Amino acid sequence: MTERAWRNWYLIPYGIWLVLFVVAPIVFLVYESFLDLDGHWTVANYENVLTPIYLKMMAYSFWYAFLITLVSLLIGYPTAYWLTKTRHKQLWLLLLILPMWVNLLLKVYAFLGLLGTYGLANALLQTLGIGARQLLFTDFSFVFVSVYIFIPFMVLPIFNALEELPPSLVDAARDLGASAWTTFRRVVFPLTLGGVKAGCQAVFIPSLSLFMITRLVAGNRVITLGTAIEQHFLVTQNWGMGATIAVVLMIAMAVIVGLTGSGRKEGSR
Amino acid sequence: MHFPLSYVLIRNSEHQEDGGLEVNGEEIIRFERVTKEYDGTVVLDDVSFAMERGKFYTLLGPSGCGKTTILRLIAGFIEPTEGTIYFHGKPIQNVPPNKRQVNTVFQDYALFPHLDVFENVAFGLRVKKMKEADIRQKVSEALRFVNLEGYERRRIQEMSGGQRQRVAIARAIVNEPEVLLLDEPLSALDLKLRTEMQYELRELQRRLGITFIFVTHDQEEALAMSDYIFVLNKGKIQQFGTPKDIYDEPINRFVADFIGESNILSGRMIDDFLVEFAGKRFVCVDRGFAPNEPVDVVIRPEDLELAAPEDGQIVIRVDSLLFRGVHYEICGYDENGNEWLVHSTKKAEVGETVGLRFEPEAIHVMRVEREDEGA
Repeated sequence: MTERAWRNWYLIPYGIWLVLFVVAPIVFLVYESFLDLDGHWTVANYENVLTPIYLKMMAYSFWYAFLITLVSLLIGYPTAYWLTKTRHKQLWLLLLILPMWVNLLLKVYAFLGLLGTYGLANALLQTLGIGARQLLFTDFSFVFVSVYIFIPFMVLPIFNALEELPPSLVDAARDLGASAWTTFRRVVFPLTLGGVKAGCQAVFIPSLSLFMITRLVAGNRVITLGTAIEQHFLVTQNWGMGATIAVVLMIAMAVIVGLTGSGRKEGSR
Repeated sequence: MHFPLSYVLIRNSEHQEDGGLEVNGEEIIRFERVTKEYDGTVVLDDVSFAMERGKFYTLLGPSGCGKTTILRLIAGFIEPTEGTIYFHGKPIQNVPPNKRQVNTVFQDYALFPHLDVFENVAFGLRVKKMKEADIRQKVSEALRFVNLEGYERRRIQEMSGGQRQRVAIARAIVNEPEVLLLDEPLSALDLKLRTEMQYELRELQRRLGITFIFVTHDQEEALAMSDYIFVLNKGKIQQFGTPKDIYDEPINRFVADFIGESNILSGRMIDDFLVEFAGKRFVCVDRGFAPNEPVDVVIRPEDLELAAPEDGQIVIRVDSLLFRGVHYEICGYDENGNEWLVHSTKKAEVGETVGLRFEPEAIHVMRVEREDEGA
């Protein structure tokens, strides 16, 4: 057998994985989305998705995903920039990545404690004389916790893009008369746009289908597509409708990736 | 090659040369006792010099000698740890790089990869908020200057190394700086292109009439292009002078070794105009040393002439022979085991015994460096 043929054999485990856990579920999902509650063929689910209730839910999902991405970017870019300038890069990077190793559910539960009526946050507000208030189950807490979870995914690609930026380009811009701000605006930012795109994708797309944080931190205040899917599968048992929303969501994600490009290509090269 | 005695006296009475503290023309840059440290490591050690408007200066030295540090200090990317830098007689310590009348051609060119050739060159003008029509005119002028007309809309990635370098030069000179800093701009080019660019840069400096400060570790490049050369080592200026001064009268072993090929021998000064090396005494043109002071002696290989063994001041046995085109490169050893390198148009056979002759002017006597000998 030739070397090449052998190499193809190594693909088998991954191939099996791909078929069982990626292709098959998608096929089932699409199949299910064309079935009604009694198991008959129908396109009613798709008609349903286009009604105001679901369109509004979709708009909410996009709006919150946008907010989470925006806040992550506004915090993440300066953080990444500062990280490239700091002395102990590896240490700070480690501290940034460390929370990613902790189970997501644990982190969210921790926030339940912190933000609860008798939690640390409220205790702090009380000592400051502002007084305790409802923090959990608000838009604010939902976005806050989501940003906390997603921020490493924003910082890392931007950090990498900044690290790859030759420092001489910054010197050159300064040398040619550009102020620090103009240098950032006309050289640093455009050349790290690849990292920004990659970071935004890594935050925006998972944000679209959040449901655990939504349920636990936002309660019933925020209903997104993610929670709708969960409700349909687990509560109302309307699998067809749940599958339809999932298919719509996947198409939306694919479109977003298609539109923003694969991130890295343009900016940095 | 005969130097007035006063000159000889001056050159032998100074250890570290402070490069040309007085200039003939209009002074543009002056370093006064400038020291630069990075985390406690001294990269530039108490350096003073002055530069004149409209000349081509070269900072020459091995890597880590502090030459790029001087350039970055002038550009304003770094601040001196101690000392003062003057531009037109005014200290420029607190002037940020974007406010200095200085532009740089970087070693890796540092062209902006997201902008095309036109926008790269226009960068400085756009920052100054110049009118669009003026920008167009100035950029096309600059591109014509470096022979890159018609390349305006090319991407940087599509340009060759030599072309990129021209873009970098155009991008710098379009801002009409008073001083152009060039940080080893030729090191990335192949030999043929490098020689070509040496002529072009020299020509460019003449046409523009501005001060060029060129950094290189290539001594041939420095000799070919400069009005004045600063030879640097270990953060200190070893010697300042015209290329001819530096080649003909190296001030110490380091400079002699770094500039061109040379025979460097240890010896001692017997008296004024009399030096001893290789076991013999020779008449020379140097004086001003203490009696019996240990010295280093330099004789350039092209100043040695082949002669019959009985006519030779030194007799060597030829060890190897290389044909170099214009001349033969002959290497041999004298009876004391000193190695001698000779450039001669005459041929000698390996194993043959030949005599070497040289004029008193060919002998360059240098003080021995006490703390840090050579490199």
